[in-house]
Amino acid sequence: MTTTANSLLVRDDRTKRRNAAELRFRAYGLGAIGIAALALVLLLSSVLSSGVGAFSQTFITLETSLPEAKLNKSGLRDPAVMAKVSTFGYAPLLRDALLTRIAELGITTSLSDKNVDAMISKEAAASLRDHVLANPDLIGGKVTMDVLADGRIDGYFKGRVTMESAARDGNTSPEALRVAQRLADAGVIETRFNWRFLTAPDASDQRPEAAGLGVAILGSLYMMLVVLVLALPIGVAASIYLEEFAPRNRLSDLIEVNISNLAAVPSIVFGILGLAIFINFSGLRQSSPLVGGLVLTLMTLPTIIISTRAALKSVPPSIRDAALAVGASKMQSVFHHVLPLAAPGILTGTIIGLAQALGETAPLLLIGMVAFVREYPAAYSHEAGLFGEAATALPVQVFNWTQRADPGFAERASGAIIVLLVFLAVMNTVAILLRRHFERRW
Amino acid sequence: MSFKQLTTSTLAVAALSATAVAARDNVQVAGSSTVLPYAVIVAEAFGENFDFPTPVVESGGSSAGLKRFCAGVGDNTIDIANSSRAIKSSEIKVCASNGVTDIMEVRIGYDGIVFASDISGNNFAFTPADWYKALAAELPADKGMVANPNTNWNAVNTSFPDQPIQVFIPGTKHGTREVFEEKVLLEGCKDSGAMAAILRLNGGDENAAKATCMRVRTDGLSVDIDGDYTETLARIEADANGIGVFGLSFYENNTDKLQVATMSGIVPTTKSIAAGDYPVSRPLYFYIKAAHLGVIPGLQEYADFFVSDEIAGPDGPLAEYGLVSDPELAATQTAVANHTLLGGN
Repeated sequence: MTTTANSLLVRDDRTKRRNAAELRFRAYGLGAIGIAALALVLLLSSVLSSGVGAFSQTFITLETSLPEAKLNKSGLRDPAVMAKVSTFGYAPLLRDALLTRIAELGITTSLSDKNVDAMISKEAAASLRDHVLANPDLIGGKVTMDVLADGRIDGYFKGRVTMESAARDGNTSPEALRVAQRLADAGVIETRFNWRFLTAPDASDQRPEAAGLGVAILGSLYMMLVVLVLALPIGVAASIYLEEFAPRNRLSDLIEVNISNLAAVPSIVFGILGLAIFINFSGLRQSSPLVGGLVLTLMTLPTIIISTRAALKSVPPSIRDAALAVGASKMQSVFHHVLPLAAPGILTGTIIGLAQALGETAPLLLIGMVAFVREYPAAYSHEAGLFGEAATALPVQVFNWTQRADPGFAERASGAIIVLLVFLAVMNTVAILLRRHFERRW
Repeated sequence: MSFKQLTTSTLAVAALSATAVAARDNVQVAGSSTVLPYAVIVAEAFGENFDFPTPVVESGGSSAGLKRFCAGVGDNTIDIANSSRAIKSSEIKVCASNGVTDIMEVRIGYDGIVFASDISGNNFAFTPADWYKALAAELPADKGMVANPNTNWNAVNTSFPDQPIQVFIPGTKHGTREVFEEKVLLEGCKDSGAMAAILRLNGGDENAAKATCMRVRTDGLSVDIDGDYTETLARIEADANGIGVFGLSFYENNTDKLQVATMSGIVPTTKSIAAGDYPVSRPLYFYIKAAHLGVIPGLQEYADFFVSDEIAGPDGPLAEYGLVSDPELAATQTAVANHTLLGGN
């Protein structure tokens, strides 16, 4: 016996060491969380700071005169003849309108016609032409429209373009920015929220200011519908059979192992498969949301099957036994009791699978969805069938825009990332809410 | 219930496959990432000014585009392949074996390849020989080939600053790489006298000598960029010593971040390239599957519109974006209108 009694109140060396070890471990844990949080904050702040600009856009209010002599030479209001005047014929009208406005405001400038042209988006001529062709009566009069300002001018009001960078830039000049500033002071140029970013289709490299996510959002929506309609029933049917009916033998073990492996297969592999089966063999259309949806269905199925089986497993066997005991058939016990109880888990798994599919780019590369598409895809058309018209998808649009030469597209790409993140956050929140609301514990 | 759903969805897929064989109503284009911005500009203007739907334009590189182009004739193959180099005879053979026999070649103009570095860095005036000496894997010496010893630009040319060599060149899947090898490395090899030295060393085997001239060092001083020019730009922004290879149009859209180097004393501009003064340029093409003309609505109109003066002429939007317009555009317009096929008739 030692003289010093081991009092519980006095910490001996071993206890101190153990406590210190615990303290250190807590610090490591906190550090790990800190690093993860820091990474998240950095990611979000960089995306937000560069992407938030995409949601506002600079417009110029112009009163454009539409001379009969230029737009309607024949004098007859024949739409076919009027359509012969291309967007290139409308651009000078806008330039004249802007020059008039500049002169009216008493701004003296050394800008050439070409420099003034460069202040107005090339999209503006197209919107003016569409407007005039839709309302032929306007010809001969004047029309007041808010037209898009060029990407560089827009960048100046968002802080992306500065006087210093403009001096080195071949596409704009400090003089053009000064004029733009004067016009803004007079209220002719205004930067405001831009719905077009969410609704407009993609635009070419010459007009980043006009590019939008409309086609990409539609394409993603169609693909998610295809995935939901195909993957949910197939996945649930497969898991119910495997979990409730299938005999336990080598074959079912083999299937089980394969499903787990499929869930880990790189997504690009499904793209190659989709190209071979759906496009080259079945003759479905390239770039179509249908093929995209089918490929993503293949990719999502394992995820849905695994989560559905987990949900079915978590229903206590006593429920099945009770149902069987009162005379229900096996199928009745499954569909009347087990499936409703497992439904929240299945839904959560499905939504997470969908969210995963929504953010997928690689397989879409191979089936032609990484493309420039300006026509809004119809859900059904006679020629292309259901979901057969060419479309892109949200992550693909991000990929596309990051490759463009004009710096304006970098802002658009970050803006598209924000939209994608919002979609993902909403889907995950719905999944969590469903689980919270419907989940039952035993 | 689940089995019913399973069968219905399977049937739905089958039904959809059956309906999807009706004729496509939009033009489908794929290929070179250098031609892509031009094709997109044309597609956009085409959609605005015609009653046809806007063509769908994909990227992927010249070789990949031509491979898809040659995959066969029919609705689910592309109508047009964009290419930053002329189609190879091997590719024409593959095309022919897949039934793509009638191909129209359309030259849309020229593209300059420029060498640019960070705007705040040193300014360079290159010659092809400088690039050869900086980038060759092996240089000829008295007794044989030795691994390239140059690590700084002033070792290549004493008039250059003492700046480490760090260059970003297009990867081998790009058509630009081929032009770079032939018009810069090979020329530099000849100009610097290295070609003669190599021929002396290898006993006069000219093909082997050319291959040696165009072999790029792999010790990390030269980096292959497989992505687009945006990636090259990002690398230069991260490393102020970096010098990158760009297309002229990309440089012209980023003049606030990049400064361009002269080549053999010539500043690359659309003018100097059109005049043939600037040495590193190449023609850009697109190829039309003639079997699809008249089947895919708008294909002929798109091709006509692409080469029209309004678009591809010296004052058109393509020239504004950086394309060097073709002095023989009128001949191209006639060829497109007459459906002149590759290889005569």
